[in-house]
Order: sequence, then C-alpha cells, then structure tokens
Amino acid sequence: MELPNQTRDTLWTLIATPTIWALHFLFCYVVAAYDCAPNARIFQTIEGTRIAIAVATIVSLAAIAAIGWRAFREWRAGEGKSPHSADTAEDRERFMEFSSLLLAALSFVAVTFGAMPALVFVDCR
Amino acid sequence: MTDAEETLVQKAQEERLEAVWASPKGWRYWSDVNNTSIGIWYTATSFAFMLFAGVLGLMIRVQLAVPDNDFLTANFYNQVYTLHGTAMMFLFAVPVFEAVAIIILPQMLGARDLPFPRLSAFGYWCFLIGGIFVCGSLFFNAAPNSGWFMYPPLTTEERFTPGYGADIWLLGLSFIEVASIAAAVELIVGTLKCRPPGMRLNLMPLYAWYVLVVATMILFAFPPLIAGDILFELERLFDWPFFDPTRGGDPMLWQHLFWIFGHPEVYIVFLPAIALLAMIVPTFAQRSLLGYSWIVLAAVGTGFLSFGLWAHHMFSTGLPAISLGFFSAASEAVAIPTGVQIFVFLATLMTGRVIYSIPMLFVSGALAIFVLGGLTGVMVAMAPFDWQAHDTYFVVAHLHYVLIGGMLFPLVAGAYYYFPLAFARQLSARLGRWAFWLMFVGFNTAFLPMHWSGLVGMPRRVWTYPEALGLGTANMISSVGAFIFATGFLVVVFDVLRPRGRQPYAERNPWNAGTLEWLAEMPGKTWGVRSVPIITSRYPIWEQKNFIADYDAGRFYMPDAEEMKRETMVTGVLDAEPIQVLRVPGPSFMPMIAAVVTGAMFILATFHYWMATLVALGLTIASILVWLWRGTSFIPEKPRKDVGLGLVLPLYTSGPASVSWWAMFITMTGDATAFFSLVFGYFFFFTIHGDFPPPGVDGPGLFWPGVSVVLFALAWAAARLIQSLNSAGRLGAARACMGLGGVLALGAGGALLWGPHATGLEPTVHVYPAIVWTLCIWTALHAAVGALMLFYCLARSLCGLLTPTHDIDIRNVALYWHFMAVMALVTVATVALFPLASGGS
Repeated sequence: MELPNQTRDTLWTLIATPTIWALHFLFCYVVAAYDCAPNARIFQTIEGTRIAIAVATIVSLAAIAAIGWRAFREWRAGEGKSPHSADTAEDRERFMEFSSLLLAALSFVAVTFGAMPALVFVDCR
Repeated sequence: MTDAEETLVQKAQEERLEAVWASPKGWRYWSDVNNTSIGIWYTATSFAFMLFAGVLGLMIRVQLAVPDNDFLTANFYNQVYTLHGTAMMFLFAVPVFEAVAIIILPQMLGARDLPFPRLSAFGYWCFLIGGIFVCGSLFFNAAPNSGWFMYPPLTTEERFTPGYGADIWLLGLSFIEVASIAAAVELIVGTLKCRPPGMRLNLMPLYAWYVLVVATMILFAFPPLIAGDILFELERLFDWPFFDPTRGGDPMLWQHLFWIFGHPEVYIVFLPAIALLAMIVPTFAQRSLLGYSWIVLAAVGTGFLSFGLWAHHMFSTGLPAISLGFFSAASEAVAIPTGVQIFVFLATLMTGRVIYSIPMLFVSGALAIFVLGGLTGVMVAMAPFDWQAHDTYFVVAHLHYVLIGGMLFPLVAGAYYYFPLAFARQLSARLGRWAFWLMFVGFNTAFLPMHWSGLVGMPRRVWTYPEALGLGTANMISSVGAFIFATGFLVVVFDVLRPRGRQPYAERNPWNAGTLEWLAEMPGKTWGVRSVPIITSRYPIWEQKNFIADYDAGRFYMPDAEEMKRETMVTGVLDAEPIQVLRVPGPSFMPMIAAVVTGAMFILATFHYWMATLVALGLTIASILVWLWRGTSFIPEKPRKDVGLGLVLPLYTSGPASVSWWAMFITMTGDATAFFSLVFGYFFFFTIHGDFPPPGVDGPGLFWPGVSVVLFALAWAAARLIQSLNSAGRLGAARACMGLGGVLALGAGGALLWGPHATGLEPTVHVYPAIVWTLCIWTALHAAVGALMLFYCLARSLCGLLTPTHDIDIRNVALYWHFMAVMALVTVATVALFPLASGGS
C-alpha cells in the first residue's frame, strides 16, 4: 500500500537525522565554549547556556522523531519483507526507510546523551 | 549464430579487450594507471612502511625492556617513537585502506576501472615520495621528535626542537594528505556512479557502503589538519604567532584542529577493516550477512558520531567540565553502532555453517582483541577515569588493542582472503596457522601487561625509567611479547614473498564466495570484467542462475572494445540504471611527473629554498595543465554507442550527469572544510580575547574587502553566464566572458590582499593580523586558481575542445565558482564586517 505524500528516500534523507545530531552537538559545544571563554572565571554560572541547550535539544529530538516516524510509517505500509534484498525500486525504498529509522533511533539516543551534561553542570568549572 | 561462430566472436572480443587493457611492458610498466597495478603497488608500499614502523616499534621495546637502558639516546628515541606512530597512521593505516579499495572496489562493482585512473596513480606517487621523505629523515638524525601529534609550543619554538624535524612532518604529511583526499574523491565517485546495472543501493556489497562512508569521512577529517598544518608552517617559517600566547595565539587551537582530524581518523582506519570482515564472514558462514540495514546504520552512524569525539583526547587540558561532558557522551554513544557491527557478525556466524579457514581465524582474533580495546575505550571515555590513565601505558594498551584488533588482524584476514584475487595463488594454511598463533599470543603478551603498568604509573613517551618504579618485569614481558608478535608477522611476510613459481594457480572463486569480485579468473585478466553484469541480488554468484557462464560468454553489457578504447559504465546513484559509457584514460607518465614536481615543491619549501620552491610550483601548475589538457574531456568520435542487449548509451555527458562534475563537487566540499577550519581559527581567537581585534589595530577596513566582494560577484556572474552563452552557441560572447571573468577574479584576489596591506596589518605582531592575512591569502589563492580555470576554458574553446555540446570543462568551472563565491562572501564578512559587529574598530 502506498501512503499519500510518500517521500522519495535518497542518501540525503538517510543522513538527515545524524546531521541533526551533528548540528545539535556543535551547537551545545559552541554555546558552552563561548559562554565560558576564556575560561578564567570558572565559577561563573551558565544558566543561558543550559536553557539554550534545553531548547535546542527539544527541537532536535522533535525533528528526529518526526523524521523517524515518517520513515517508520512508510516502511511499515510497504509490502517488502526484510532483508529488503529484492531487485525492485520498492524494496530499495523500503531498505532506505528502515535504515533511516535505525539512524533516527541512534541519533535520538545520541542527542539525549549529548544534552545530559547540561543537566549536571551549572558553571564553568 | 552457431556455437562455433559464437566462440569465434567471443575469442575476438577477448583479444581486443586484452589488448586495450594490457599493462605497458618494460620500463614503461611504471606509467601504468590501471587500478589493479596501482592498487598492488600502493598496498605493497604501505606494507613496506608498516614493516619499517614495526622495526621502530621493536626498537622502542628493546629500549624499554630493562630499567635505565641506553640502547638509544633520548633524542633518537624521541624520533623513533614519533616516526613509529606517524608512519603507522599516515603511511600504513590510512593508505592501505585506499590501496586495498583501489584493487577490490572496481572488481566488486563489476567495473573495468575507477573513473579517474590517473588520479589514483598521482595519489600513489605522492604517497611514495612523501613517505620516503618523512621516513628517510630518520637516517639523517633529522626526523620529527615530538610525538605523532606535534603539539606546540614544543614543536613551534626553535629552542625546544631545533632543526627541520617538525617541518618534515608537516610538509611531508600535508603532501600525503593531498593524496588521501585524491583517493577519497576517486572512491566516492566510483561507489556512487560506477556500479553495475541493477546494483541498487540495497544490493550494494557492504564493503562499498563502508568505502563510501570512510571516503566521505576523509573529506571532512583531513582538511582541518591541512588547515592546522598551514597555520603551523606559517608560524615555523614566518613567525606568525598562531600558537604563541605572548602574542595572542593559543596552542589549544592546534590540539582542536589536530584531533578534529585525529579522532575520526581512528574510525577511518577501523571501518574499512571491519568492511573486510563484512565480506569474509558471509563467505565462511556460507550464508548472507544478517542485518544488512544494521550494518549500514553502524557504518553511517559511526561515521557521524566519530566527529564528536575529538576533545576526548583533550580531557586533561582544562576545558570546562560541561564541554568534556559533551565529548564524553558522544564517546559513549559511538559504542552503540560499533557494538551493533560486532553482534551482526556474531549472529551471522552463529546461524551459518562456519568453515574454519585461516581468514576466519584472523577474524575471530580480531573480534576478541577489538572487543577488549573497545571496553577500555568505554573506560577512558569517562573523563575522571581518563585523568588517571592519561598519558600512561594504559592508553598505549588501549590504542593498540583497538588498532591491532580493529585494523591489523582484519587486514591480515583480508590479505589471506584476497591474495588469490591479486596473485592467483593461495597463501599457505599451515604457515597461516603459525602466523596467527604467534601474532595472537605475542600481541597479548606484549600489550596486556601495559594496562597494569600504565595504571601503576608507567608514563608514555619516556626514554627510560628507574628501577625503583618496579616495572622492569612488566616491561620485559611486553618486550618479549612484541618480538613474538613480530615473528608471527614475519611468517606472513615470508609466505607472501616466497617464490611460488611451481605452486599451481588457485581455482576460480577458491572460497566459494557470493560477491562479484570472485568472478575473476585465475590468473586474473587486466580488463577488470569480461562483461558488465546485470545484478539482481546481493550475492550474485550464489543466487543468480547461470551467472558465471553468461558473464564468461560476454552475454552482459560491453563485452567488446570494438573502438580499441578503455571504457567503463556509469550508472545512477539510487538504482544504478545505465547512464553513460565512460572513456577512461590509459597509461601515462604525467601523473608521476606531476607528483614528482609537487613533491619537489613541498620538499624544497621544507628547507627554505624559496626560489627553487617557486620554480617547482610553476612546474607543478604546468604539469597539471598538460595532464588535464591532453588527458581529460575528450570529444568522442561518435555521440553514442551500442553496449549490447539493445542498449545504446551516450559517450559524453556534462554537468551533474558527468563523473568529473561529481569529483569537482566532492573536492570542493573538502576544500570548503579546510577553509571553514581556518574561519573556526578566527572565531576561536575571538572567543579567547576580550578585545578582538586588539585595540589600536585598524584593518583590513571596509573599502578594499568591499571592492573585492564586488569583483568576486562579477566574476561569479561571468562564470554563470559563460555556461548559458556557450550552450546557446554564442561563442564570441562566451569567450569574452571567460577572459573578462579571469581578469575580474585576479582583481578580486588582489583587492582582498590590498586591504590588510593598506591598513598596515603586521602578521608577526599579533595573532589577529596573522589570521586575517591567512584568510585573505587563502581566498586570493583560490581566486587565482579560479582565474586560471577560466583562462584554461578560453584556450580550450579557442582550440575547439570546448564546444556548445561538449562543455564538461566550463560546467565544472562554473561549479567551482559557486564555492568560490561562498568562500569570498564568508571571508569578507569575517575579516571586514565581523569586527564592526563585535564592537571592534
């Protein structure tokens, strides 16, 4: 069964979720580094950084979840059977969707991991 | 056609193919560019460097075998361990991936060759020259001696490290990095565009997935190091103070740039080796690999996450704890995809009927050792633990477990597995068993005690240690183990090198594997594939009926070379539908000549022979132009050709359909990464200074950068316009735009340089003028290259080699100019506008 508005998966859609992880990671690192630079006043608190990271994390997780959910729906609606090794464009599409789903799950976990330091650290020590 | 007639036709086809793809004879053999020859030279050379670095490793172990030893002097010991690490990483681990991929990837993809054979050759010659230069320095007691990561200020100040050692490291390896990026471009385009018809993304051999991921990683990992090398050399040669805190610099920037390269590099080394396992395991389990998508997840996921680990090498540098937390978290997260791969292999083995051959023996050794290394990796990924273990032998043990388990053992497994493919004969199973057990036992004897000696307090990189430390026994055990390990490896080397004239050829597909590379006949033919097969399964030899017979009879595509030209097929990225027949160039000495003069340029610069360096630069540009002019964008004698089975394909495509457009895109992505690393440097310095630009410094102003950006915009518009004018057949206008665009580009670069000059920015005084100059010079050099490209197109157009229908050159140049435009905008925004926004003068 084909869903309406089916996305055509490409290598770009495949790497969408880890790219979100990369942007989130870079954002967290840069915000914290900027806030704490030049790392002289180490007891300075970093409320702003922690809030920014919280917001970035919610946005990133939502985006990853949406992309992952899209991939899951289309993969489940498809006819193909795992391991998706048939010589058809449909099975290639199913394979890409399933791989996107897996990458979304990994990215979701990795973003969650990446945000956790902001829960525990309150200053620039 | 009767059977007899068919046989005659086939024979004639085979003779033509053989003649077209034959390697040159005699001394001209070295002009060969075919992937098999280059790949074998490349592999042999990287193993030679590995043996050299291995001997250095043994020298380290001899020196450390007993306390207070004086087998080596302290200075020479420093050179030895620096070169051991440097050569193992830069001259063995990374190049051997490229080398092996150059041999087997085209075979696996049923391609006759990779799309740019001469680029592979160029990469190989660069690698050889650079490697000999770096390693050779040891024999003149002039080798780099500050560790493979070259931390400043130890390495930037003459009083700590007199001599040329650091320059040899920087320039020699920068040169090799260029070769690595060249190979990465080749492999990415090869994987995406040179697959056989029907090999959709879901049917691609997993090895190819790994190659794609790793080559892309190279593209993002190596350029930051190149950017770091540039800053480093500017400091060493011209005293620009990037890493000198007394003049506003900061040594930490080098650590960041080095490890942004250095950590992904570990995975660049590890993933291709795991890729070999992904080919070997199904063969010996006699079943398809379980969890194909999970492996793709692991490869792509690791590729990404590995870029978030760099600061875990910097846990003890005093970064804020929250920053350490991010890197610690990513370091733990990367264990997930890494573990997935291991479980996929184990599951495949558990559900298959495993044949315990020599490659499988090395695979099991690899898994055992790597899992241990991975577990200590999870330990050192935690900052508090790392503070204890940092710079001790615990880390030495960890990294050797990871690299030898994750890379060397799989590679030896791959050597046993693929030896028949390259040399048509099997390696000895008896010697293989000896080699394995010596290596496995020797390795663990050498490195297991290091966990303990490290935790007790044995520091890394020390020349010797006092008896009172109580580590004599542990070190002696390690040294004995190292020699047992080396003996095991020598058994492999002996088996590879021993004369085997009387040994019969291996049978075809000796392991009964299912993937395309095993179509090769024994002994192999230079044509790559007899005919380009149609693929409908992941393991065509196992699953497609009559596959080998049809292939041998030439019943697939392109069974012939009727025009006596080297050709391979280009297909689509997703579903590998045929797009084009690509004519690939044959043997030529040009890549070798270009590599020699490029190498000369780097080597002469190392020793500050500036005039000679400039001459070598001129020769480099000239040789590359000659190579491009004579060897690229041929206009074929007919627009299309019949490739068999009723399919007619074009012989010429340009723009996004052309492989060279992809190569340009990929190269420029790497180039942009290097550029953004320099921009990162600018903002890094901004964050550590209260005032940036520093008070009293007034440059580069707005006027000249403004003029420059306008000229850049005009040059970009000209490059855009040329493409449509040329396609419309308005050659006069197109040529005028080429000339004008080139002049505008030169003007733009000149104006950009005039800004800092006119405002009196002195790069040796403070890091601010130094980084501004660096960004401006980088962009101006790219403008000069852009101008050269436009003039080149003008010359091609005037000679009738660039026409309205054959416009590869100009479309690639237009693509270059898109990147150029972004680079110019970012440079001007950074150096001219940002100081205004940040409140500077």
